[in-house]
Amino acid sequence: MSQPTTVKVLIFHAEKCTGCLDCEKACSQVHFKSKKGGELSAIRILKHNKDFAMHVCDQRGLCLDMCPVGALTRRKNGVVWLDKETCIGCQACVGFCPIGAMRKTDVRIEPFKCISCGSCVRACPTKALELVERNIEDIKQVVYHKQGA
Amino acid sequence: MMEGQIPVEEYSTGNTPHQWDVQRLKAAHKKLASYSYTKGSVERGYANRTLYVNVGTKEISEKPVSDQMKKLFTGGRGFGLKLIWESIQPTTRWDSEENELLITTGPLCGTTQYAGSGKSLCLSVSPSTNIICDCNVGGFFGPYLKFAGFDALEIQGKASEDVIVVIDGEKGTVTIETAPLEETDTHLLSEQLTEMYATEHTDKARQKVSVVSSGTAAEHSFWGCLNFSFYDIRRKVPRIKQAGRGGLGTVLRDKKIKALVVKVERFDGVSNHPADPVTLAKVGTKLHREIRDLDRYQCNMRTVGTGHLVEIMDAYDLLPTENYRFGSFPKASKIFSPHFYELFTKIIPDGCWHGCTMACAKTVDGYTVMTGPYKGEKVTVDGPEYETIGACANMSIWDPLWVLEFNFYCDTYGIDTISAGTATAFYMEMYEYGILNKERCNGLELCFGNADAALELLHRMAQGDHAEFIKVAGKGVRRVKDWIIKNQWGDPQLVNDAGMESKGLEFSEYVTKESLAMQGGYGLTLKGPQHDEAWLIFMDMVNNAIPTFEMKAEALHYFPMWRTWFGLNGLCKLPWNDIEPANNAETAEPSKVPEHVENYVAYQNAMTGWSVTKEDLILQSERCYNWQRAMNVWLGRGQRKDDWIPFRAMGPVTEMEYVSRKERYDTQLVDKLGLSKGEVETMTTKEKLTRLYAYRRNQYEKLADAVYYRRGWTPNGIPTPQKMKQLGFTEIKMLQMLQEKIDNDEQQGLNTWGGVYEKGEHPPTVKKRYWEQWK
Repeated sequence: MSQPTTVKVLIFHAEKCTGCLDCEKACSQVHFKSKKGGELSAIRILKHNKDFAMHVCDQRGLCLDMCPVGALTRRKNGVVWLDKETCIGCQACVGFCPIGAMRKTDVRIEPFKCISCGSCVRACPTKALELVERNIEDIKQVVYHKQGA
Repeated sequence: MMEGQIPVEEYSTGNTPHQWDVQRLKAAHKKLASYSYTKGSVERGYANRTLYVNVGTKEISEKPVSDQMKKLFTGGRGFGLKLIWESIQPTTRWDSEENELLITTGPLCGTTQYAGSGKSLCLSVSPSTNIICDCNVGGFFGPYLKFAGFDALEIQGKASEDVIVVIDGEKGTVTIETAPLEETDTHLLSEQLTEMYATEHTDKARQKVSVVSSGTAAEHSFWGCLNFSFYDIRRKVPRIKQAGRGGLGTVLRDKKIKALVVKVERFDGVSNHPADPVTLAKVGTKLHREIRDLDRYQCNMRTVGTGHLVEIMDAYDLLPTENYRFGSFPKASKIFSPHFYELFTKIIPDGCWHGCTMACAKTVDGYTVMTGPYKGEKVTVDGPEYETIGACANMSIWDPLWVLEFNFYCDTYGIDTISAGTATAFYMEMYEYGILNKERCNGLELCFGNADAALELLHRMAQGDHAEFIKVAGKGVRRVKDWIIKNQWGDPQLVNDAGMESKGLEFSEYVTKESLAMQGGYGLTLKGPQHDEAWLIFMDMVNNAIPTFEMKAEALHYFPMWRTWFGLNGLCKLPWNDIEPANNAETAEPSKVPEHVENYVAYQNAMTGWSVTKEDLILQSERCYNWQRAMNVWLGRGQRKDDWIPFRAMGPVTEMEYVSRKERYDTQLVDKLGLSKGEVETMTTKEKLTRLYAYRRNQYEKLADAVYYRRGWTPNGIPTPQKMKQLGFTEIKMLQMLQEKIDNDEQQGLNTWGGVYEKGEHPPTVKKRYWEQWK
């Protein structure tokens, strides 16, 4: 099977963001059929003083090697994908994500994450979000596996 | 596999592939009994029923789990103790028709969010000790058993031909089937049965099957272990974990059971239906993060498993070498963990149950077997773990490849690496002294370091070789001691002092000579000398944190109770203190890892909906611990004489050992025994040994006095009816049995302290029958 070499990841133009959170609402609609955003959104917009910052999965895929049941795979388009039918809810991926982008809400045991679907990009009224193509080799991170600190 | 992110289906071990004609194997099965049950759901950690299977009478039935049973016995090993108590007699021995083999789960077993939550607890009357032996083992069997509908599996009787028991959680059936054509050795049998019972020919379907098996050598030895499988979707092999101690695999094969198979329909992260899944996930995720951030600075479990201990033990003179004569060795660096790190397959989620991110279950894939019937085959070797490496150090085997060879054959033949290694090390020492020789060993040259001979012993055991030594060697150190002494081949005291067994079970792999508390941790135990009750060497020897008998006794109360708790719940002990919070050293009691104790309180409450405190956890354990000790009494043991340990565990047996650590022992003769330096200088080594021997033997008896008192037992180590009542037990049969034993001890003068107390010293109390005042 030929493996993907590129993946689309979200980038954020902070200067364009107004903090309306339409992106989060669009995201929670995708994952939970809810317009609540916030805890139910895979993308989070956080306010630091007067500036906004985006917090979301960057498809580095460290979690892929953590899944004991093979629920996490890199799909043909390069996106790191959690199959919640296969997932057994162990939270190993949540616990080991170095940037906290694999998310868990109280409504179900299986986590969820950004799938680069572009809903947030389309929902953003100021074009502060953009999906750009990256080489997987350039962004890939493998879980810590060396002996010793 | 260093680069990571290899798709699951593309990873290859490089093992020799096997093609099984599963249809032909299955066609030869004859169904001897079949039972249908109503599938149910697990509620708050309990399936609320247990499964009884008699492979002799072919009865299969269900037993309900009452609230009272949960209150008194919690689950897991506790349930096992209750069920076996109701089914056997005080005269039951390992090979009696009515002896049982129990596999139990526990309310927290099967949780995927908290590391180390997939343990099965196994119990039986052991061939080595003739008392209850309990083992805590990983693999998928326990969790699947519960999700298939049962908190415990209770097997009784003996089949007349080789059978398997199949618990099909998909169909809701339990069957006993003959299995004449399957292999017996685990690495082949578990593959065959996994393939046979998987619903589809996919790795995900294979992962929903778990097999318990043993092997051919278990049929001819008291060291038979149970191998619990867990199918690895990356390696595409059923991997295994062992219920190693005490010969439970020997019991399985004596019942003519080739394997137990369980299959689960489906399960998810909340199949235990916890009362509070949100809290449970939060506590579990917190621990995952701790492991992520700190394991690399602490134990390196994720990279080398328990093998990281080898270099630490060698540095502190605790690594057993040449049958525990020494605690470190010049060649030891050859088997330090970096050598195994090179061999281990990396970047695979190596938990023996889902969600264990401590992931200590390391393997070497594509290992080429060097000897025996599988020579030339490329296989996956599960391990080695510290105990197996330590067992090899004990035999003076310093080549990582021979460690793997020993590991592989012990596993597939169904043999406990600890007992096999410790016993063979003893035979090697006897060989060195000429007490054993090539002729007496039926042609085996059992010199220290002769790995070939150690493997040959295993092969001949597996073949059922009837030569006298091979037969008695497989029964372990205690039987070989008796055999040597009967033949008048050696000084009985040397033989008894050097062979590392207590209660008939071989010691696990730590040198305890300089830690009195750890000697108690091995001797004052339920099943025998295994470090799972207490590991106090650093606390006692290195940090000197428990200098008095009272303090040691408190530690030998708290830690065995604390560690028992894991077995009541279906948990692994490692995530408790083999990873510690960053600020643990600053807490009031670092050795207890207070934050993790709080985790477990929150965990059990979140699962069951109870509102227990940390003191309640100890109480849960104390009930089961005392019940098991009382059962040992009932079976004719469980008293002071059974808590005897050989002198090799207490100090130097031979002049060579003394001389090798002369400065240490000479200093102790002055500091501890009050001799003058001048006296010590004029004494012969033999005289010094005699003095040290008497002193240390008495220290151990004094320790036993303090511990028995702390635990609420008589001076002969019998749990008192008063203590049992305090714990909530009212069963007349049990209370009467204990009272009769205590009355009998009184007549025989056994209700007196064992230590000899000098002026200014005193036993725990001078009151006679002190327990009678307890309300």
